[in-house]
Amino acid sequence: MLNNIFLLMRQELTLSVLIFLLLFIKLGRERSNASILNFINIALLLNLIIGLLLSTKGDLFSGMFTTNALIILEKNILNLAVLIISMQSYAWLKNNNQVIEFYLLLFTSLLGMFFLISSGNLLIFYLGLEMSTIPLAAAANFDLSKRKSSEAAMKLILSSAFSSGILLMGISFLYGTSGTLTFSILTAHIGNNPLQIFAFILLVSGFAFKISAVPFHLWTADVYEGAPVAVTSFLSVVSKAAVLFTFVSILYKVFQPIASTWYLILMILAVVTIFIGNLFAIRQDNFKRFLAFSSIAQVGFILIGISGSSIAGSASLIYFILIYVFSNLAAFGVVSVVSALTGKENISDFKGFYKTNPLLSWVLTIALFSLAGVPPTAGFFGKLFLMMAGAAKGNYGFIIFAALNMVISFYYYLRVVKAIFMEENETPIEKISIPLVSKLAMYICLVGILVTGFATIVYDYIYSLSFGL
Amino acid sequence: MNLSLLILVPLITALVILFAKGLKQIRVIGLVGAVTQLSLATWLLKLYMGERASGNNDTHLFESNYTWFTTLHINYHIGIDGISLAMILLTAVIVVAGILVSWTMDKLSKEYFFLLVLLSMGAYGFFISLDLFTLFFFLEVAVIPKFLLIGIWGSGNKTNSAMKLALMLMAGSALVFVGLMGIYYSTNTFDLVQITHMGISVGVQKFFFPFAFVGFGIFAALFPFHTWVPDGHASAPTAASMFLAGISMKLGGYGCLRIAALMPEAANSYGWIIITLATIAIIYGAFATMMQTDLKYINAYSSISHCGFVILGIGMMNKTAVNGAVIQMVSHGLMTALFFAAIGMIYSRTHTRLVAQLGGLLKVMPFISTVFVIAGLCSLGLPGFSGFVAEMTVFMGSWQNPSGAYRLATILSGASIVVTAVYILRATGKTIMGPISNEHALLADATWNEKLAAGLLITGILIIGLAPFLINQLIMPSTNILMSPITKAITLK
Repeated sequence: MLNNIFLLMRQELTLSVLIFLLLFIKLGRERSNASILNFINIALLLNLIIGLLLSTKGDLFSGMFTTNALIILEKNILNLAVLIISMQSYAWLKNNNQVIEFYLLLFTSLLGMFFLISSGNLLIFYLGLEMSTIPLAAAANFDLSKRKSSEAAMKLILSSAFSSGILLMGISFLYGTSGTLTFSILTAHIGNNPLQIFAFILLVSGFAFKISAVPFHLWTADVYEGAPVAVTSFLSVVSKAAVLFTFVSILYKVFQPIASTWYLILMILAVVTIFIGNLFAIRQDNFKRFLAFSSIAQVGFILIGISGSSIAGSASLIYFILIYVFSNLAAFGVVSVVSALTGKENISDFKGFYKTNPLLSWVLTIALFSLAGVPPTAGFFGKLFLMMAGAAKGNYGFIIFAALNMVISFYYYLRVVKAIFMEENETPIEKISIPLVSKLAMYICLVGILVTGFATIVYDYIYSLSFGL
Repeated sequence: MNLSLLILVPLITALVILFAKGLKQIRVIGLVGAVTQLSLATWLLKLYMGERASGNNDTHLFESNYTWFTTLHINYHIGIDGISLAMILLTAVIVVAGILVSWTMDKLSKEYFFLLVLLSMGAYGFFISLDLFTLFFFLEVAVIPKFLLIGIWGSGNKTNSAMKLALMLMAGSALVFVGLMGIYYSTNTFDLVQITHMGISVGVQKFFFPFAFVGFGIFAALFPFHTWVPDGHASAPTAASMFLAGISMKLGGYGCLRIAALMPEAANSYGWIIITLATIAIIYGAFATMMQTDLKYINAYSSISHCGFVILGIGMMNKTAVNGAVIQMVSHGLMTALFFAAIGMIYSRTHTRLVAQLGGLLKVMPFISTVFVIAGLCSLGLPGFSGFVAEMTVFMGSWQNPSGAYRLATILSGASIVVTAVYILRATGKTIMGPISNEHALLADATWNEKLAAGLLITGILIIGLAPFLINQLIMPSTNILMSPITKAITLK
């Protein structure tokens, strides 16, 4: 049993050890920020490597906690994303007084996500979800001097409390109609019972809040804008990825009996999400708000992939999220460095950026192209595979809609590229010297964007682990 | 020969350019890459003709097939037939000429040459692909360089033109994507050869043909989706205009042809729409050109008219007409590239492209003026130049179609040549004859690189114009293979 725990929960355990280590460091004598940051980055790298080492399969605590190769892979993707975010925030955190507290919040949230992904029971599922959200609200408030930051935190905590309430209501209805909270038993009790459908809709609404699908997206832009860039990138990549991983596994496994119902719901959600996300992204000038709306649109595309409900559907979701980690974080990385060193966060500030910072401009441009789905970046493959998975259902009106929306999204990504390369600016952002660690993170993202698409082995590996209806 | 070389050489050239320093190094690397490419293409032509002469009747030669994404049935499948080889040769010639005319591009030269080479890589990849996914991939690879080339190095209202072009082309590829999805889910493969064998059911064809055809049609300036052409071409820097008109629009024409061959029943039943649109494009393009005062706009609008012939030939769906369409693609590619090169040379000296402000250039720049006249004469279809051969073949093919409406379309399109003659003669006459303004009296004639570029393109035009049997030898067997099952299927119905 004990051996099992060490083996199956090793990713959670290493993270917990790291959290405690940080607490002890905090108690000890004063250390320089640089040394703490270096220690944390190395620890995160080790954490990632430990996760990559071997894949195991099994249940713990009578099915409350499950793990298998796919779940381990998903956790590794999250670990990778957190490592990249941590490396990118180097410049921002170096002059911050509460580095350790920041990481404590981040890691606790990550730990919650691990439990969320591994949950085999609605109880632990809810526990993981809350554990992942509440620390984030505190982290969103981390720019203590900015009012917007505390406003963001308030909005995040209120809206997530609201969505948790809805989620809990759904869970209790499910429990009431089936008498169980365990996923594997629950499936047998799911049918086209109206109360269960209602419970399901409540559950989906809770999920939609977390992944900011329209019409549950209203908190997103404000929170993204107010929170520090590191927290924003964590929210938009890691937190979304974790919830989406769970969402797809619950949909495909637990709610398999009512697949035709949730296909319809997903389709409506996807259509509205893509469209609204795109429309609002066009109008934004603040870079973080812009990325917020663009990420809403991206979620819409992800929902298309999920709606395919085949192995290709879930495989393309995980593949896309891996690519999304690289491309979105590369974009956030540039914004984060620029905002930390110059305080400029608007797209119009990036006019003439290429003249002063060619390297950063290319990184940002390639990242945006990848988000837009332009070859030869990996985003092209990711997005296409999502749409192919969605098209498998034969619902072509849906695919035509999505394809045309790709053109709209293309417009607003190009708008940024246009500002960077083609527009003049009297006071361009001056030449920025990036810390080595952040540069390294940028190169990791860049390699990820350029290689993941062509490396068939990545997709094949994900496919071999995935599951369909 | 392994066709992947055609992609690898530009890729390596582009990567080496990234590490080069200074315009001198960069342009030499670019030129070496382009010349290697051209020699590869010529060598490929020799090998190809050799294979055909020795009786190899396979549809595609030099095929290779590697699995890419197994579970999604995506393969990297490449191979060429006469049509794609003609396109590859065209691309190779234009790339060399384009790099030669950009010889003194000193604004961000590294990025400029990098993007040019990247664009050519997309085109080569597109023409050799036998897998629809790979084809689509390369089609989109070629879009972004155009956006950046126009937006950064262009003139006039460049950012808007770049945006318009990129968005319209992206919309085109989105439509193509929808079409491909339809094909994929009805045949479960992206492989062109396999799909041709299996055939696509008529219902699927009817629904998805318009998407794929219009999608590629946007690239080929199909009316009414031609609006990106004038702005894009006029704003682009010289080499980019040459690439756009010479290569990029051919991606569309080639794609339309492949799609029409894949879905012959649908192409046939929608034929009247295609032909109507093509005829409108031809006539509208010609009349719109008459109203233009800017040399680049003149050439851009006339491109719409000329590309209409490509669509017309494809819409007729018979061997001769399709043959003509392919020749028209090559001919138009060479001719517009030459035209844009000449306009670029004039503009770089006089700093104006307005016909009204030019005049008497023959006195100071005899070479450039001659090039300009040759391009003009080829454009209006004078016998001896490629334009004549191409348009004649299209007309002969389209006349074969006995339907009265189609013959009317042919006659109307034929009549447009008169309009072409008017605008071409007017523009060339006004530009190179007459009194010269004092500011222009001391300008110098073409430099060696410009002469070389023009010479190369003119050689191509003359080869097709004077010895049309050569290009027919290359294309005809392949168009026959492509069209004979289709002609049979259509007549059977």
